[in-house]
Amino acid sequence: MWLKKTLPYPLQLFSNQLTKTIFNTIGIGVAFSPNLKPNIYEAARLSLFFKSELVLIHVGEPSITKEIQIQEILAPFSDKQLSYKLVFANGNPVDAILSTAERLNIDLLILGALQRENFLKYYLGSIARKITRKVKCSVLLLTKPSIERVPCNHIVVNGLKDPKTKQAIAAAFFVANKLKTSKITIVEEITKQEVAVNVYDDKSLRRSRIKKERIKLREDSRVKHIINDIPEIYKKDIAIEIQSIFGKRGYSIGHYAQFVRADLLVMNAHGKTTFLDRLFPHDIEHILTELPTDVLIIQ
Amino acid sequence: MTPKKNNIALFIKSLPKNIFSGFVVSLIALPLGLGLAMASDAPPVAGIIASIIGGLVVSILGGSHVTITGPGNGLVGVTLVAVTTLGLNDAYLAVVCSGLMILVLGVLKMGKLSDFFPSSAIQGMLAAIGLIILGKQFHIMLGHRIQRDNAIDYLIEIPNTFKDVLHYNDKGLIYAAIVGVLCLGIMFFYPKIRNKYLQLIPAPMWIVLLSVSLSYYFELVVGQPNPIDKDYMMPAIPDIASIASDLPSISFNKVGTLPFWSSVFALTLISSIESLLSIKAIDKLDPEKRRSNINKDLKALGFATIGSGFFGGINVVTVIARSSVNVNNGGTNRSSNFFHAFFLVCFILLFSTQLTKVSLPALMAILVYTGYKLASPKTIKSVFSIGKEQLFIFLVTLLSTLQFGLISGIAIGVFTTLIVHFAIAKSVSLFLRNCFKPNVLMFREEQSQNSYYVSVKHFCSFLNFYRLKEKLEAVSEDNDIIVDFSMCEFVDHTVMENLHNYQSLFQKNGGHFEVLGLDMHDADSKHPFALRRLLPVPMFFERNLTKRQESIKTIADDFNMNYSPSKNKDVAFLNEFVFFKTKPIDHTYNELLDPLASINLFDIEFSEGEFIAKEVIRTTMLYLKLNSEIPAFTLDREGFLQRISSMAGFNDINIDGHEDFSKRFYLIGENVENIKTFFNDDLVLFFESNPYYHIESNGNALLIFSKERLAGIKEIKALLDFGKRLKRVLENNNSLYPHC
Repeated sequence: MWLKKTLPYPLQLFSNQLTKTIFNTIGIGVAFSPNLKPNIYEAARLSLFFKSELVLIHVGEPSITKEIQIQEILAPFSDKQLSYKLVFANGNPVDAILSTAERLNIDLLILGALQRENFLKYYLGSIARKITRKVKCSVLLLTKPSIERVPCNHIVVNGLKDPKTKQAIAAAFFVANKLKTSKITIVEEITKQEVAVNVYDDKSLRRSRIKKERIKLREDSRVKHIINDIPEIYKKDIAIEIQSIFGKRGYSIGHYAQFVRADLLVMNAHGKTTFLDRLFPHDIEHILTELPTDVLIIQ
Repeated sequence: MTPKKNNIALFIKSLPKNIFSGFVVSLIALPLGLGLAMASDAPPVAGIIASIIGGLVVSILGGSHVTITGPGNGLVGVTLVAVTTLGLNDAYLAVVCSGLMILVLGVLKMGKLSDFFPSSAIQGMLAAIGLIILGKQFHIMLGHRIQRDNAIDYLIEIPNTFKDVLHYNDKGLIYAAIVGVLCLGIMFFYPKIRNKYLQLIPAPMWIVLLSVSLSYYFELVVGQPNPIDKDYMMPAIPDIASIASDLPSISFNKVGTLPFWSSVFALTLISSIESLLSIKAIDKLDPEKRRSNINKDLKALGFATIGSGFFGGINVVTVIARSSVNVNNGGTNRSSNFFHAFFLVCFILLFSTQLTKVSLPALMAILVYTGYKLASPKTIKSVFSIGKEQLFIFLVTLLSTLQFGLISGIAIGVFTTLIVHFAIAKSVSLFLRNCFKPNVLMFREEQSQNSYYVSVKHFCSFLNFYRLKEKLEAVSEDNDIIVDFSMCEFVDHTVMENLHNYQSLFQKNGGHFEVLGLDMHDADSKHPFALRRLLPVPMFFERNLTKRQESIKTIADDFNMNYSPSKNKDVAFLNEFVFFKTKPIDHTYNELLDPLASINLFDIEFSEGEFIAKEVIRTTMLYLKLNSEIPAFTLDREGFLQRISSMAGFNDINIDGHEDFSKRFYLIGENVENIKTFFNDDLVLFFESNPYYHIESNGNALLIFSKERLAGIKEIKALLDFGKRLKRVLENNNSLYPHC
């Protein structure tokens, strides 16, 4: 079972053919809230774009009225050969969704974010946050689901030095190709620890600048290698940019995405988080409290 | 010809200058050292010892360049408390311990500690220190020595002292008061006299010289004993040999008590704050624009303080007044600090008997003047001009420092500042939620090697300024930096003041430092350092202009254009541009209009998408009205096509014979043939040889902009220049293509 989960490794996929998808099954938790329709529309559209099967998970008692309501919402997509199923689960919403996702081999789980009242700021509710931390598949966090399609023009993806980065960048190109995105920016975060030269006078300033330059060149060539491995057909019609930023790992990339008004931010999944990670947030934890835009976390 | 040899040659070449400025500084350091030590109830020579050891140690180990070290006026209050509560011998141990703590601060690289204090609170504390010095010494200056418990009581007693002075019977005291008042007069009027021979010797030294010659006049010429009361003369100064042989016996009696450690803590805190502030201020004066290594300097100060304590001296700090005298007299490196110490040794060696001829009222007049300078009405006025809330913080800190002592005073000041910020931002959660977030992003903009962009989120105040500072410090001052606060809801006075310092630093070094995104924020006063918060509903007519707006206004004046900062809802002239087909324009503001109304540069606010997907974008654009018709087209860098997604269906037009142009630029438009004729050699060459801009024609006007963000002043000028030249090229061309 676990083996099956790791199979759609994006890079392996690229060597095969374009028709295949890296997300065979897309899951979304449905609660009958005011956001129900836009959420389902977004999920359904993505399923069509990615050629995936849609699984709607509802935590609660099964009922015919609910099924009919969902069917009505999805009516416009049935014509376009969307295959979907509605699953009812019981118990604690976090555990129920997690276990369903695992049971049905869901590759991508879509979660909705909440908006801070009267500000254009988004954050993840406690249930969604718990799911994001524990889930074993990729997660898409949606900030502003809408019924009309908002085109995805610019994707920002992290280029951290991490074994998972290759996968995240490959996934970004896959998504860009499917959503007809015109620009991808790969962001390398150069942390203070990496520069490791404290600036306190002119001499150390010069040293840190040289060091930064060297890190930047090294990172650039690393990222370029990753890009070279991606098949040409996925890079067609996409402007690729590499930008190095100085800031805190995991947080500053969100800040950058917000600044350039990216439509999607693709990031690596984190390792296992402990209580301490939440106390001293790092990497992805920052993003969860303050969503800059839609975020895709690749597992 | 190694660089090292050059350095030595340079050093030797600059040595005479440094010896001279060291000498001038020592002339001030001598009376100030004596006075500051006496004001802190320590023996007068303790101040000289601190100067000498500070000068010798810090000039060798320090990390700054033109600073002078010695006893500081900020420390008078705390040293006084230490000496009175602990006794002199335990106070020396407290000095040694605080030296150790400063050393540790330096080793731990805690130089950024001083960034965590709001500047109004620090100013309030400094003013309180000034009042403490003034209050205590004022009475001695008038020959009326009193003993009170509280700093405020001394100030309240000042009118009584005046009354008493008028009823003196003792001749000795009358003379003392007269000398004191005369010397205070010298201190006040000296800067007003512009005579180059008089100005050769600093005022404090004049006072010492006059005071000594007065004593000799009475002794040698008149043949009478000095008319000033014996109690008001300088106590004996030990000669240099006895200082070295009779080391004070440091006692450990009170080492376990609370007052001892609170004194150590206060000495450490105040001396590191005073030193760090002074270093920061002096770096701005350095003619060679070097950066000081703050942590190295702290370590050196720690060593110097330990040494000073062992020899019976008081704390060593970096002092601003003496350092600025050093810079003004041509000091260029640390050797001037060394020579200042050297000359002090000479003075003590040669003139220790003469120094006892100095009368105390004369010396205290110098201190009263120093105290007055720290707490002068000018300071209060300048704080008030920044904003009412800053004056409130200032006064609260000032009064609580006088009443409860320095440590509690500064703590109350920091706390008050926090409360004031909460009240002004009308939100506590803004601060609590975002306090620990790394809210500063810096990146180098593509294509430009030396231009950095810094974006700050949430809020920026003294609490998290160090994050912004860390980023700014990592950029050398000859680069361009743009700091953008448009995502930041609250910016406080401390940050604005520090940014202003950076601005002047970058300007001096040939760089460029700009602050953006504050045009939407509200400020209480016209002052450039005023605190700013983001208004939920921007009110355009009642606000004070920001620095950027002031600069745009200057551009308008320089180029004979009209400037209007207010919001303009009449944007119909932009609607014909393809770019705005899908983007609703809200308004334009900060408009620059030439008298013929053919050139219009403005900031514009428009949105992308609608309702929840709505995003507000602010950009600076240039609108050029043309005299004749040209084909409609859109020109941009190749690869930036997503900006014009609505024009899908058009293909990149290649101009024959200009492959490079066709490769680098993306050109689209409906009437391909007309466009091809329109882009002749001159025009192609113009675009190829200039920076990239997004250029759009709607037939009779052009819209030009570079980035989808507000432009800095430099960029505005570049845009204006580009537009004007383009217009000229187009007008030359047009006569050739009448059919277009």
